Amino acid sequence: MKESEKPEKGNQIIEEAAQAEYKYGFVTDIETEVIPKGLDEDVVRRISALKGEPEWLLEFRLKAYRHWLTLKAPTWGHVHVPEIDYQAISYYAAPRQKAANDKKEIDPELKKTFDKLGIPLEEQLRLSGMAVDAVMDSVSVKTTYRERLAELGVIFCSISEAVKDYPDLVRKYLGKVVPYTDNFYAALNSAVFSDGSFVYIPKGVRCPMELSTYFRINAAQTGQFERTLIVADDDAYVSYLEGCTAPMRDENQLHAAIVEIVVEDRAEVKYSTVQNWYPGDKDGKGGIYNLVTKRGLCRGDHSKLSWTQVETGSAITWKYPSCVLKGDHSVGEFYSVALTNNWQEADTGTKMIHLGKHSTSTIVSKGISAGHSQNSYRGMVKIAPKATGCRNFTQCDSLLLSDTSGAHTFPVIEVGNDTSVVEHEATTSKINEDQIFYCNQRGISTEDAVGLIVNGYAKEVMAKLPMEFAVEAQKLLSVSLEGAVG
Amino acid sequence: MLVIKDLQASIEDKQILKGINLTVKPGEVHAIMGPNGSGKSTLSAVLTGNPAYTVTGGSVEFYGKDLLALSPEDRAHEGVFLSFQYPVEIPGVSMVNFMRTAMNEKRKYFGQEPLSAADFLKIMREKRSIVQLDNKLASRAVNEGFSGGEKKRNEIFQMAMLEPKLSILDETDSGLDIDALRIVASGVNTLKSKDNATIVITHYQRLLDYIKPDFVHVLYKGRIVMSAGPELALELEEKGYDWIKEQVDSQQ
Repeated sequence: MKESEKPEKGNQIIEEAAQAEYKYGFVTDIETEVIPKGLDEDVVRRISALKGEPEWLLEFRLKAYRHWLTLKAPTWGHVHVPEIDYQAISYYAAPRQKAANDKKEIDPELKKTFDKLGIPLEEQLRLSGMAVDAVMDSVSVKTTYRERLAELGVIFCSISEAVKDYPDLVRKYLGKVVPYTDNFYAALNSAVFSDGSFVYIPKGVRCPMELSTYFRINAAQTGQFERTLIVADDDAYVSYLEGCTAPMRDENQLHAAIVEIVVEDRAEVKYSTVQNWYPGDKDGKGGIYNLVTKRGLCRGDHSKLSWTQVETGSAITWKYPSCVLKGDHSVGEFYSVALTNNWQEADTGTKMIHLGKHSTSTIVSKGISAGHSQNSYRGMVKIAPKATGCRNFTQCDSLLLSDTSGAHTFPVIEVGNDTSVVEHEATTSKINEDQIFYCNQRGISTEDAVGLIVNGYAKEVMAKLPMEFAVEAQKLLSVSLEGAVG
Repeated sequence: MLVIKDLQASIEDKQILKGINLTVKPGEVHAIMGPNGSGKSTLSAVLTGNPAYTVTGGSVEFYGKDLLALSPEDRAHEGVFLSFQYPVEIPGVSMVNFMRTAMNEKRKYFGQEPLSAADFLKIMREKRSIVQLDNKLASRAVNEGFSGGEKKRNEIFQMAMLEPKLSILDETDSGLDIDALRIVASGVNTLKSKDNATIVITHYQRLLDYIKPDFVHVLYKGRIVMSAGPELALELEEKGYDWIKEQVDSQQ
């Protein structure tokens, strides 16, 4: 804060929201195979053919496409998705790798790109125990540690490879948690999905390293439609991380993904996301439309699924990672930090559908709104009549950093029996000037103070992230707020 | 070190300070006393750059620098410390993280490398003992759930960590029982040296039994209306402020 500026009475935080620094806005100069813009059955067939898919999968795509044609984009979210011209998007873009035939030799340009993103693709360079599937535009360019994981029976590969190598497994689970009829964007994804990750953890195996997929959009005027499928068989455990970035562009790009998770008896899946798609500039120009369907089925008794998300990117976010708690004593968790700045809009939350007896769920949502952004929590807790003895605890907090931003909550609670207990707590607060001055007086600048306070506010959720991610996510929260304080 | 000349300040267009003059030299302890609403806390807020107040006239020099031209954080780096009357809670931010950030910001200001975690924790351990601050408190979030006494001890602990040249204690005695008062005062006395100075803002004489002032000033209606040695504090304790008020009001 400049001494000469007389601060306004009341909330003096944020007036001029300057451009927050986006470190990942570069474009990789690589020859990319892009199919012509537009969408029809031929395009769907072409994508399937390019990937050399079996007939059943093409049929799945075509059914999804035909169903999509009957649907309209949903308008109930507290976001303003403009009319998208689906004929102006290219649905398949693949960086042409120079050594395309040998997956072990990765193209130097691609390697450089992922190095720049902090995702080294050479196994020997990675000190931490994390395996990575790197996806650029429509294709997976490299999956590390595949062989080592295979020794334990763990399958970790791109979904395209899984279709070829493990067709029965993919066919058994694909579209079972999120059917193509689920919603408009799910139908679209089912018709044109390109790459994504496939994970299968066999019975009784505790996956010894974190698995992670890094999604990168590079090509212009394309959409990314990835699809991830994770199956944890009885007594299995896996922690999975997802990261994403895109170049800075004036145009809006569409990202419509599906994540499906199946958790069997006593198995546990932790799914963590640090979403940092390009959010657009300070005037709201450009940025990714992140319209995503994520759902997990806790099919087994005593199964557990935990979603943790740190959402700082995208011009528009529309996602509700959910848990269908079918197994008795199954556990669903949702921990979320959603930060919006400038003109970003986020409508995010979760659904906890309790079908199994004594199933429990926890929801902790922390929204942070700065600039002119709109930040909404939308959640549903539904307890079926036969699901007796269930518990849900929901805590839903909003922190406002500006007078021009909005925080909204849309909770729905349906309890079908009288032996279940549902708790809902909600708070809305403004960042406190006394806190900022206290930090200033100790020598901490206003920007750093806001970073500290916001990270303190989000701590409960950040603590759920795996260690390496937590540090990155903390930095990301501070960086996303740069310029958010006047 | 500190030269305040004709300092005037307002909040929300209400004039609070109407011309303060005060000079503080290294090694000195100044007590500023006065009835409620006389401007004592405003003085501490203005010296530390609280943006809620507007300086409307006068000057403040700190080691030859124009203090009023510096941002609040730069004033802190230059060595001005305020022990807050009402220390603020910052949920989720650990004392360790908070103090480490503060110290490293100061080091950065002077072009020094950040402290290593080990060095920092060692300093923290040493300084904690000065105010008998429990290790558990130090690992909790800033002031969150602290009792009144713990908050004040935590202020003096931070003062010990940051080693300021000028410490302003704003009503540090308010809300303290006698044991906590002793601990806080002994902390302040331990940190006292010939190179630093202290301004003690207080309503009562009580704290001055433990922190011996060299000078006592009475602030009333935004001006220092009387300055003397430590004996003035005793006189005020005995006679109250009314005689000074009458004296000043009759002159106006």
